[in-house]
Amino acid sequence: MHELSVCQSLLAQVAEVAAGHDSSRVSSVTVRVGALSGVEPDLLRQAFIVARAGGVAAEADLIIEPDPVRIHCLECETEHGVAPNRLLCPACGNYRVRLVGGEDLILASVALETANTRTSPTTENGEAHV
Amino acid sequence: MCEDCGCTLNDTTHDHGHHTEESVRVMRGLMESNDHQAAHNREHFDRHGVLCINLMSSPGAGKTRLLEATAEALGGRMGMAVIEGDLETENDARRLRDKGVPAVQITTGSACHLDAGMVHAALHELPLDEIDVVFVENVGNLVCPASFDLGQHANVVLLSVTEGDDKPAKYPVMFRAADLVVLSKTDLLEFMDDFDPDNAARYLNDLGMEAAMVRTAAGRRAAIGDWTAWLEARLAAHRSTQRESRPAARDMTTVGA
Ligand SMILES: Nc1nc2c(ncn2[C@@H]2O[C@H](COP(=O)(O)OP(=O)(O)O)[C@@H](O)[C@H]2O)c(=O)[nH]1
Ligand SMILES: [Mg+2]
Ligand SMILES: [Zn+2]
Ligand SMILES: [Zn+2]
Ligand SMILES: [Zn+2]
Repeated sequence: MHELSVCQSLLAQVAEVAAGHDSSRVSSVTVRVGALSGVEPDLLRQAFIVARAGGVAAEADLIIEPDPVRIHCLECETEHGVAPNRLLCPACGNYRVRLVGGEDLILASVALETANTRTSPTTENGEAHV
Repeated sequence: MCEDCGCTLNDTTHDHGHHTEESVRVMRGLMESNDHQAAHNREHFDRHGVLCINLMSSPGAGKTRLLEATAEALGGRMGMAVIEGDLETENDARRLRDKGVPAVQITTGSACHLDAGMVHAALHELPLDEIDVVFVENVGNLVCPASFDLGQHANVVLLSVTEGDDKPAKYPVMFRAADLVVLSKTDLLEFMDDFDPDNAARYLNDLGMEAAMVRTAAGRRAAIGDWTAWLEARLAAHRSTQRESRPAARDMTTVGA
């Protein structure tokens, strides 16, 4: 079960984000996990509960956004959602397809508490949210 | 979630006077630090003109035996070394050293996969200047190892005929990563009623790939000619186009093209 080591890198990244925003309490962590990422959402949830202890995310919720497997057929130029073990074009049967979804393994966002001297919310790069 | 108001609005900023809840968009890959280390490993291999092959399979599919037979077949023509990470049998590194193959044993405790950092420590123990091909024998496991780039140039996945021929359908992430699938223990095919190599090939095709599949028998009477031919061709190709030599599935999101 490598979900524990994936969680450890996740929490290291979360801690960096929190430090960068002078926050000592993270309330939720949102990740995008594709069905072809090699990570099982259930195992990731279990691992998160173990790994989050003692850090800034000790009380954080883990929110997992799915990233469904999608292919673009290079033959008939259509796009389809498919099963992870059937990466063929359902329309024309072709195997020459481009994977356009399903491999993400990404820290999408972190919700955190900051002291009440804040101005406007920012992104990682310091840009304002739209 | 905000404990004071119980709200679950994670994407908004709201103020209760005591704190501000802020949502920070990050969009960073979770494997970033491993991938960074893997790129460093690949630089090491490339600087020495070494081809690195990551061998993966279920436990007991025949990785170590195939490496022993490979040393016997190509020993004179190709300098090989092994980074041994399979914890199932602690004797693997010794078995290879007995064949004259430099082998470094990674001791990881209880890990179910190798990561790029472990391989980095091991590769610095190898005389890379004298070596053409470094094999990494990964932990026997069809799940975790697929997620960790080690800095290899190619992934080889063994499927032994004593397993189910539907393994590619059950472990699509692993088999999709394969540049080559080795159907191993084919000397036992005649005793295996329910393993049909054509089924295995069909399940692989369902993954949108035409991954090459070679058959090996590495038992007492070894027949591994298709494997060694693939290996020598891969090494020759690696030398002529070293820059582009990467595992197929890592760089291209195009399947089967
Ligand atoms: N009959 C037969 N047995 C094999 C073959 N390859 C490996 N074995 C046996 O399968 C067992 C596991 O092989 P090993 O190489 O240790 O598997 P590993 O765990 O993948 O490294 C050993 O008893 C080997 O002798 C083969 O091609 N034919
Ligand atoms: Mg072994
Ligand atoms: Zn694991
Ligand atoms: Zn099509
Ligand atoms: Zn180094």
